[in-house]
This record gives sequence, structure tokens and C-alpha cells, in this order.
Amino acid sequence: MTRVLAALAAVLCMGQAPAPQAPAPQAPASPPVDQKALLAAKPAATLGAYHLFADAGAKTANAGVMPYALNTPLFSDYAEKSRFVFLPPGAKARYRPTGALDLPVGATLIKTFAYPADFRRPDDKVRKLETRLLIHRKSGWVAYAYVWNDAQTEAVLKRAGARIDVSFTDAHGKGRELSYRVPNQNQCKECHSLSGRLAPIGVKARNLNGDFAYAEGAENQLAHWTRTGMLAGAPDPAAAPRTAVWDDPHEPLEARARAYLDGNCGHCHNARGMASNTGLYLDLEERRPGRLGIGKRPAAAGKGAGDLELDLVPGKPDASILAYRIASEDPGVMMPELGRSLVHDEGLALVRAYIAQMKGK
Amino acid sequence: MRALLIGAAAAALACAAQARTLSVMPGGDAQENIQTALLDAKPGDVVQIAPGRYELTDGLSLDVAGVTVKGAGPEATVLSFRDQKGSGEGLLITSNQVVVRDLAVEDAKGDGVKAKGSDQISFVNLRVEWTGGPNEHNGSYGVYPVSSTNVLIDKVTVKGASDAGIYVGQSKNIVVKNSTAAFNVAGIEIENSMNADVFDNVSTHNAGGILVFDLPGLPQMGGHSTRVFRNKVVANDTKNFAHKGATVADVPTGTGIMVMANRDVHVFGNEIDGNGSAGVMLVSYLKAYDDLTYNPLPRDISVHDNKLGRNGWAPDFPGGDQFAKALGGSLPPVVWDGVTNFTPKGMSTPVAVRVRLTDGPVANLHFKEPGNIFSAKPELKPTIDDGPIAEPKPVVLPKAQATL
Repeated sequence: MTRVLAALAAVLCMGQAPAPQAPAPQAPASPPVDQKALLAAKPAATLGAYHLFADAGAKTANAGVMPYALNTPLFSDYAEKSRFVFLPPGAKARYRPTGALDLPVGATLIKTFAYPADFRRPDDKVRKLETRLLIHRKSGWVAYAYVWNDAQTEAVLKRAGARIDVSFTDAHGKGRELSYRVPNQNQCKECHSLSGRLAPIGVKARNLNGDFAYAEGAENQLAHWTRTGMLAGAPDPAAAPRTAVWDDPHEPLEARARAYLDGNCGHCHNARGMASNTGLYLDLEERRPGRLGIGKRPAAAGKGAGDLELDLVPGKPDASILAYRIASEDPGVMMPELGRSLVHDEGLALVRAYIAQMKGK
Repeated sequence: MRALLIGAAAAALACAAQARTLSVMPGGDAQENIQTALLDAKPGDVVQIAPGRYELTDGLSLDVAGVTVKGAGPEATVLSFRDQKGSGEGLLITSNQVVVRDLAVEDAKGDGVKAKGSDQISFVNLRVEWTGGPNEHNGSYGVYPVSSTNVLIDKVTVKGASDAGIYVGQSKNIVVKNSTAAFNVAGIEIENSMNADVFDNVSTHNAGGILVFDLPGLPQMGGHSTRVFRNKVVANDTKNFAHKGATVADVPTGTGIMVMANRDVHVFGNEIDGNGSAGVMLVSYLKAYDDLTYNPLPRDISVHDNKLGRNGWAPDFPGGDQFAKALGGSLPPVVWDGVTNFTPKGMSTPVAVRVRLTDGPVANLHFKEPGNIFSAKPELKPTIDDGPIAEPKPVVLPKAQATL
């Protein structure tokens, strides 16, 4: 569902649907993506300066900027996220079976966080809050967040982060309010960290290995990227690893839950991430039961453990710290530590179901 | 404020190689002002936070090496996280050669000040406090370096942590000195760490004063070589208020110094008095684990020349009453669970366990295995001395830290 919405939003952003009889409209006269601005040591003060979009409101992607979606994304307080990738003309991403794709210098990942007023009408009254950029410079990746103005005409750089009051009606018609957090620049890295260096998370081959509703029709993203010259070295999608879609009930429960934990916890909880010291590793590649939390005592959870003793007790979600912390809204207890203030009801239900169906030794 | 920062930047341009001072004053958006300075700082710079109270809504973080974050004193510059809405700690350091000094962090929702994966991290003259007194809803750790090397904690006061006040985890080469831990569950805890000197500290009114632990299932295990000396470990009498799931929830209220599953730990020259459960306890890790490389016993432990007052009159752990009764109504100052028969999986003979406990009398509880109180045969001995145990060499920090 989220994925379809994201795709829809991205397609809408790509341009107006062409009138049936008329020839396809010319791309609007917009300057090309400003690669110099992307690679400059100092970030631009406004998002518009990069010309990643053809219009000031970032409704239409510029030439060379391609929408994409992830099989299982991070939950971000129910925000809708539309994602784009820019590759310098002629440059390709290189396939890797694990970890993020090897993206060339100049590559930029673009993610806009937005809320419709009412999630039952996702295309109506959509308010963009922020657009985050991950830019691959020669010296490594850098992250910047741009916060949209009320008129939705300009987004300005906010390095120290921000809080924005948000209210919306959720998909079930329930009113929700939150203090939305735009991360500070270091907090981007807290999640986007591999052995202390900033790195992309989402653009893994396995998480891109699914269909996307492109303007010209649905196509597997790895196949599309390969066909359009963006990606080299990828096998046929059927031969590539694939992250399950967390909310697709047709997929096996365990695969969905592991995908969810990978997307929401695995970026810190892996041997090279911010939570490496915990010994709890939740990335999809992890296979050791103890590292996955089964029967594991917490290392330094402190009060985050509540009155519970083990990270994951098979068959017993109520006895599992994993579910306890996903269900919390206390900053000193909740997991993930960053990126949410609300409980993700659907994600929590999935993790609880996963623990409940597990059998003990 | 902004003018000041710009001024500082301009000054920096004028003499590019020189360290700058980025000043932050009270007023305006404290979150943005401090965080912006932490982002703008370059190696060698000082982020100077002027006297005043700063109300923060989110965690602050520093990821630039070689920066000093400095207040005007732990009573003058106060970072208050009372209204914190997000992030797991008040201040997070993820870079090397950082000094945080002369300020206070109050009421963080999670940990107070944390450093992850930092080399040469120094915390000097800080106060980290939960101002409402001991409460299980307080944050977990006051000062919390983890997976770090060359750690200095000097003149730091921590009060009210619902886990450990000063907590050093999975680190190497550590000095904790001249500090005070009070009204925490654990005062000072050295865990899964190598080469630590803990001296000239005061640990009082915690549930447990000073802990030296090793836990299974973590990336860094096999903690060893810690010297605990010249500390005042007195009147640790706050009822353990940890959430049940925390490891320190098992620390008996009234513990002075506890060594669990660690080796080459030397405890000497401390003043240990007024701890109702025990002055010094040597215990095994007693929960299940499946780590083949983990050794759950304390071994090569030396306890000598401490100044021991009244301890052990109210042992607050399973079997404590009976042991006290069997030993004449009270536990002696030094209590050892006496487990010696640990054979690592895959090996045929037990690992040698040696202790030199000369601050008598000493209780050997003779547990057959960790935590098996029913197997206990409490025995009172003047001393237990398996012969000399070499003391770890003093911890030497890099010069820049040693001269702070």
C-alpha cells in the first residue's frame, strides 16, 4: 500500500499525464541538474538551487532524476516518502548482491517527506515537510535536510534540524497529531553509518527488486535501471536477492517481519552500525538466533528493557523487549531512537505476530 | 548570537590555521544554536557555551574530531533535557579526541552523555543529574562511553541514573578519577572492558558502589585488568530502583564493590563502609548463555589493604540471611561465591581460579556452580590467599588527555 502510494506520488511528480491526442509535451525549459552545486563543499541554501526538480514546488523531476521505491522502507511517523535518484549523465551504478548499490560520485538520493491532510485521499492537500539529500562527493557521502515553507514553494537548508507540528487523518479516519522531527545533520549519520562513515541504506539491490509504476508502465526496478543504462552488472531480477514487502499479506510472515526489522532496525543494529555494541543484529543477512535476539539478554538497554529480561522470547511478544520498545513513545525507551515519535501500529502488529508464531527450542 | 558566530568565522579566516572559539549564548533557539556550533566546529575548535540554562527538545551531537565542548562550570552552564522529545541521549559524541567539560546535563530522557566508538574521549568537570532524585523513569546512564579507547572521566558527578551513573562499556584504556556517583542504581560500572584505573572517586548512596562486570554475548568480551583504589565507597543504601530487566537490577542494595566474571581485578586502599549487603563481593555470572568463549567466574582477583568499616549487616540477596546467620549474624567485609570449577565448553579441565583476599575475615560461600545457593557451604576464613597476583600496570593515557 505504502509502496503503491509512493509510486503514485512519484509518478504524479514526474509530470502531468499527457493529453491522449496531443504529442507528449516538451520537457519544461528548466536548467539541468546543477552538478557543481551538488559537489560543492558548501551545501546550497535552498533545494531549488540544485535544479533536481523542474519546478519550484518539486512536483516535476528534472531530466536524469528517476523515481524509485523500496520493497520495505523505514517507518517515518506515517509520512509519505517519495524517492528519486540522480546519476551524472553517463555514469552508472554498479550492482552489489549485498549492501547498497555502488553509486558513482555525483550520485544523489532525494527523499521528500509529506503528509496528505487525509490519508484516505492521499493526493489531496499534500503538505511537504522536508526533502533530504544524500550526495556522493569524492570525499564520501554527505546528508542535508531542506525544510519546506508554508507556501510549499521553497525548501531551505536546516542543518541543526527542526520540529514541525503536524496533524492528519489516518487511513482509518482517525485524527493524529505529532511533533515531526527533521534530523540534524549528525543524526542523518547516526542511521546512515557503516563503520563510522556515512552511507546510503535503502538503495540495496534486494530492496529495489520489485516493480515500480513508471509513466510508461510497471517494470521491475533493477530491470528498468539496467535497461535505461543506470545500472551495470545486475543479474536477472529473479536471480537477485529480494527483500519481502512488509505489508503484502501474500508473502510469508517471517519474511515480512524480517524485512520490517531490517528496514527499521538493521541500519543501526548490525555489526558495523551505531548499535554494533549491543550484539543485537537485525539486518536481513543475520542468521544467528542469538544475534537476532532470540533468548538474548540486553547489553545496555537500561530502562529500555522495562521489566523484561530477553530481547525476543519465541511465542511471547509480551515478554520480548523487541516488541516493548517498538510499542513505546518514551524517548528513553523507544526504538528506533530516531525517525519516529508515534507507534507504527501496523509494524508493531507484524513484529508481534512474528514473535507469537515462533516456536521455542 | 549569529553575529558572534559569524564574527568567530571571520576571525578564523583571518588566521586560518588557528583554533577558533564558537560561542553560544543563552536566548533564542537553544537547540539550533548549540547544534549549529557543534556542526560548524572544525578540529581544534572550542565550542564555548556561556553561563545559563538551555532548554533542549532533542539530543545534541558532535561528529567532528578534536573539538572541545566547554561550559562555564557544572552549576553555571546547564543543558536541560526536561522537555526532550526525541533521541536516545542528551549529548552524543561519535568523533575522536573530544573533550566535554565544565557543564551540566540534566534530566535526559535516555542517557546523559554518550560517546560511541571514540578514541581519546574526555569528560571533565561535568554534572549529569536527574533532578527529581532516584526514580525508575530516570534515564539509564549518566556518562556513557562505549566501544571507545583512551577514556578519561575526571571530576564528574552523576546523580539519579536508573542504571549506572558512570558506565564504561566495551572500551579499552580507561581512567575514572576524582568523580562522584550518588543516588544511582550503580555508581560506577566498568563492563566488558580492558585496562581501567578507577581511583579517588566517591561512590555513595547508590544501590551498588563500584561494579566491574563482564557479560556474555557482546562484541567485546573477556574484561580484565582493572584497578579500583583509593575510592570512598560508603553508605550505598539507596534501594535498587532499576527496572527488572536491567542487568543492575540484580545488584543487591547495599553493595560496596562487586566483581563479576572478570579477571585481574585489584581492589586496594579504598574506604569501604556502611554497605549493608557486603563490602566487596566476588560473584559469577549466573544466567544462561551460549557463548563458548565466555568465562563467567571472577578469577585472579586481589583485595588488600582496604579500610573496612561496618558492612554486610543486611545482605539483600537470595540466601543472604542464612549465610549471615551461619557466619555469626553478619557477612564479613569480603564475600566470594567460591565457584572454581568452570570448564569451558570443548575443554577437559577447569580454568584455574586464583584469589588473594587478605582483607579478612573472608566468607567463602563454596557454591558448586554460579548462583546455586542451595549448594552453598558458607565458611569464614581469616584470609584466602592463593599467592601473589601481578597487579596490572597503571593506565597511561595519551599526553593530551593526561594533561587536561
